[in-house]
Amino acid sequence: MITILGVPGPLLFGQLLLGLINGAFYAMLSLGLSVIFGLLNIINFAHGALFMMGAFVAWMLLNYLGLGYWWALVLSPLIVGIFGLILERTLIKHLYKLDHLYGLLLTFGLALVIEGLFRNKYGSSGMPYQIPPELEGATNLGFMFLPNYRGWVVFAALIACLGTWLLIEKTKLGALLRAATENAPLVQAFGVNVPRLVTLTYAGGVALAAFAGVLAAPIYSVNPNMGSNFINTVFAVVVIGGMGSIMGSIVTGFSLGVIEGLTKVFYPQASETVIFVVMAIVLLARPAGLFGRTA
Amino acid sequence: MLEVKNLHAWYGESHILHGVDFEVHEGEVVTLIGRNGAGKTTTLKAIMGLVPRREGSIRFQSHELVGLRPDEIARLGIAFCPEERGIFASLSVSENLLLPPVIAQGGLDIPTIYTLFPNLKERAKSQGTKLSGGEQQMLAIARILRTGARLLLLDEPTEGLAPVIVQQIKRTIQEIKERGFTVLLVEQNFRFASGVADRHYVMENGRIIDMIPNAMIAANMQKLHEYLGV
Repeated sequence: MITILGVPGPLLFGQLLLGLINGAFYAMLSLGLSVIFGLLNIINFAHGALFMMGAFVAWMLLNYLGLGYWWALVLSPLIVGIFGLILERTLIKHLYKLDHLYGLLLTFGLALVIEGLFRNKYGSSGMPYQIPPELEGATNLGFMFLPNYRGWVVFAALIACLGTWLLIEKTKLGALLRAATENAPLVQAFGVNVPRLVTLTYAGGVALAAFAGVLAAPIYSVNPNMGSNFINTVFAVVVIGGMGSIMGSIVTGFSLGVIEGLTKVFYPQASETVIFVVMAIVLLARPAGLFGRTA
Repeated sequence: MLEVKNLHAWYGESHILHGVDFEVHEGEVVTLIGRNGAGKTTTLKAIMGLVPRREGSIRFQSHELVGLRPDEIARLGIAFCPEERGIFASLSVSENLLLPPVIAQGGLDIPTIYTLFPNLKERAKSQGTKLSGGEQQMLAIARILRTGARLLLLDEPTEGLAPVIVQQIKRTIQEIKERGFTVLLVEQNFRFASGVADRHYVMENGRIIDMIPNAMIAANMQKLHEYLGV
């Protein structure tokens, strides 16, 4: 058996893959958080709960309507995105002129309410969601076996992240979004309906979280806490990458997943804390984050 | 074209405009002049709907603007170029230029804009805020000429710029006027204002206190010096 730095190859690669998978979720979630924070100035603490809703809606579509994984991948982001749109129009929009703290309190409260409702109905033990038959099995890569579904998750997350990056950095809509993030009143004075842009941005970020939720459903059990397990780390990722930076969120998300995976191999005791250690070091050296613009 | 009557505006508790009255006719270049803090910038922002609270009446063509949102006002055909220029750092020069949506026919097309401002073409791919101050001002004016808006509100376009650039902006405004645009200009630089404008409104303490046609400037020099405190 191959060993690398005294560690058996399969163990190392296995943890690397696990890290990459976690990193994929960190990247998709922090991307949405970052875009929402940039334009709305709201730290969306409900993001984890909406990720969880994405997984639950996939489960409900299957068990109540018989619609499988591929349908869920399209419908669940749409449904949760519309839910986000309603949240923004009815609740969040009243907070833009107030201190950050109010947005934080509202979205944190929303997260507790949403999670509580699901826990009340479905309990907290978690429900299985099958891997779609097309993606069952594993592929031999020579140095390890790659479960097909996990490979698909990393691939789909990369596509979703790059798609979002292209949309924001390379299109007219993205230029409006970047401009409104810098100076919303002026963009509105050019004749752009900024409140509508804000609503769509929130719904888009939420839909991305729900998409991640559907991808996560077959890997983690579908349970009301799956979002809150992730969200602390995701906030650390956003802070490390730099608030409001798109590429920063993607790169930081994936690399912190990998760092976490490697720590599990070489020094397992630190695997839960390593991300926060990185966060502390980054904040000491670069308070605006690795990719953040210092204003 | 634009008729402002008894306009009041507030920022929080402070009452900035105390009943502003003036009008701008189609095809005119009109300036608002006055000392710092007289309410000139606030008047432009109030027309655009960018102040927290305003009362009174602002009629543009046949529309009442008080009560409309800034984007609704812009879509009626008014464009605003702010004092700080508002060039977006996260956008390239050409993205900045193409950002404001076209709201009506009759705006300048890109080739014409590049003829008027050749520097912008050369630097189309640069980051917007990497341009020099003069180029940023050109960009800020150029991007609102594209949209088809007929009334342009320009807030101190010459502030902090070298004399040669000021000359270039003067020629630009003359060119804009020849093309039939209407311009409401806030200006501290009186020499510049008298070279481009048809009429001048003098503001003090949130009110219009006098109106001087450009042709009568020479006869009113003494009075103007008193108003402006120079």
